Amino acid sequence: MTTAILISIVMTILVAATPILLAALGELVVEKSGVLNLGVEGMMLCGAVCGFGATALSGSLFIGFLAATLAGVAAAMIFAVLSLHLTANQVATGLALTIFGVGVSSLIGKPFVGRTVGRLEPFFPAYLSEHPLLRLVFGYDILVYAAIALTFAVAWFLRSTRPGLVLRAVGESDSSAHVIGYPVIAIRTAATAFGGALAGIGGAYFSLALTPMWADRLTAGRGWIALALVVFASWRPRRLLLGAWLFGAVMTLELQAKAMGATWLAPEFLAMLPYLATVAVLTLISMRRAGAEGGAPACLGKPFAA
Amino acid sequence: MSRLDRRTLLAGAAGAAALPLIARDGLAQAPMQVGFVYVGPVGDHGWTWTHNQGRLALEKELGAKVKTNFVENVAEGPDAERVNRQLAQAGNKLIFTTSFGFMQPTARVAKQFPNVYFEHATGYTRDKNLATYNARFYEGRAVIGTIAGIMSKSGKAGYIASFPIPEVVMGINAFTLAARKVNPKFEVKVIWASTWYDPAKEADAAKALIDQGCDMITQHTDSAAALQAAEQRGVFAFGQASDMKSFAPKAHLTAIVDDWSQYYIDRTKLALDGKWASHDVWGGIKDGFVKIAPYNDAVTPEARAAADKVKNEIVAGTLHPFTGPIKDQKGVERLKAGEKASDEAMNKMDWYVEGVQS
Repeated sequence: MTTAILISIVMTILVAATPILLAALGELVVEKSGVLNLGVEGMMLCGAVCGFGATALSGSLFIGFLAATLAGVAAAMIFAVLSLHLTANQVATGLALTIFGVGVSSLIGKPFVGRTVGRLEPFFPAYLSEHPLLRLVFGYDILVYAAIALTFAVAWFLRSTRPGLVLRAVGESDSSAHVIGYPVIAIRTAATAFGGALAGIGGAYFSLALTPMWADRLTAGRGWIALALVVFASWRPRRLLLGAWLFGAVMTLELQAKAMGATWLAPEFLAMLPYLATVAVLTLISMRRAGAEGGAPACLGKPFAA
Repeated sequence: MSRLDRRTLLAGAAGAAALPLIARDGLAQAPMQVGFVYVGPVGDHGWTWTHNQGRLALEKELGAKVKTNFVENVAEGPDAERVNRQLAQAGNKLIFTTSFGFMQPTARVAKQFPNVYFEHATGYTRDKNLATYNARFYEGRAVIGTIAGIMSKSGKAGYIASFPIPEVVMGINAFTLAARKVNPKFEVKVIWASTWYDPAKEADAAKALIDQGCDMITQHTDSAAALQAAEQRGVFAFGQASDMKSFAPKAHLTAIVDDWSQYYIDRTKLALDGKWASHDVWGGIKDGFVKIAPYNDAVTPEARAAADKVKNEIVAGTLHPFTGPIKDQKGVERLKAGEKASDEAMNKMDWYVEGVQS
């Protein structure tokens, strides 16, 4: 295996992990506030289609990602109104949001099927990434860097800032936070909006960066992987980063092994790898944290009415 | 009292349900309803999209005589049976089910509705009111394989495949045989995506193949993502199911285009005239089921001529893509010199020809 191939593999892993990382990071903040929004896939699809549509109409990727953010927030607000303000069951509402997202994105996307737009290009000028090793550092689009930076920002926000502490308090004990005087519903709504925004951007990463086109169900279930990643990372942002890379690595290595001609491995076995990895890591985590709650916020998924 | 009430209610409901039936019989000129069951979304710009284009062509051609209905994203399995039954109950007289996995569900529902005509794409179970139809995609694979064999500099092509069913295996073999005819050292690397539709995975698979030195990419999955990856990396690729040039103007050399329009129109006309009968059709380039999209300017005159020659000979019946001698991966002779594979043998194909790395 040459260095060029190795570098290409590493780059594919980092890029493949980016949309999952973005969506999972948003969901992590949502869950930290005690809300379980299973509609990540639906919000991603809304973001993907609105991002693509806005870019196709305006010719600007910036407007596209802005539209994707707003679409994700709008979808999240449907969830917030139903489950937070009207205290509908969060699991059912989240699932409904995913089904809704699949349908509405297909409807909005009809006129855009078969079109393409210019993809999100690497952030740094091309001369910086001429050498393969420099490409490894400078060869990505802005969202790859932004997602990593945001991971550390969220970790810092949750751990070291007062609003982060309040958010966690709302997630751990909504009634106590309410008694002290924090607006539980408003904080949860804000967290849900943040989750929607990141899911929207993550979705648009598919339609504007990975495969610049719109086709129905473009994200093909990545929203569910993002949801699993949050549990996988036991609600810790930096572990989320490792988890996203691990998922990206398993997904990419599966394909690379096949391309290299690892014929002694059945393709079905390779296709199992991402799931085997999930089971293995989840088992390890639960073994180590036996007795503890696994890091889940105490009020996760519980309705709160003041 | 309450039981009586419920009975009256039920009787009333039954009466109400019968009303539309009577009304429909009264209208002699009511359009015939034609149903379509799709495995994917109509917006996939691939397999399901081409079937939907056929449905639209049918509506355009027959106008007020027909009314079409379709259900998309139907899972292969029990769901398909339910959808088929609902379409039949809703008054569809002719129902096309367009995925291999709909075979048993369609067959079961066909038995329950002897007066409804069913047509199942790519299957082999038939009945008095259940016909099957398929296209000889492998003929198109032979044409693009010829182009790949001539134009590839590395002598390696990447093939993104879905599942190892005969349909897909046949395509890989036809492509490889045609490429090796013009370049005996040609190799085809296969990645099994284990899905029909996952754009991001298809794109990553294409990248992995390009990393391994493949400069021609082709796929038997449903999205155009692999073409975009080829465009980005500056290698060539081929469209699948529909013309995908708009996604990759430079990389897209040509495409194998499925065209179901004429078939849907012909069969619906037969049903309208009461002349529909069950059959099994496997149409190729000659029958208009499979078309080759216009060549990209990048296709060299030599490749163009060779591809046209293969296409014309297939149409004329003088060339069969599976003509011996053909050896499999292990070097075992599968077809003797001059021997042609029968349709039956092709439909059971579970081995790969020399030059395939799967």
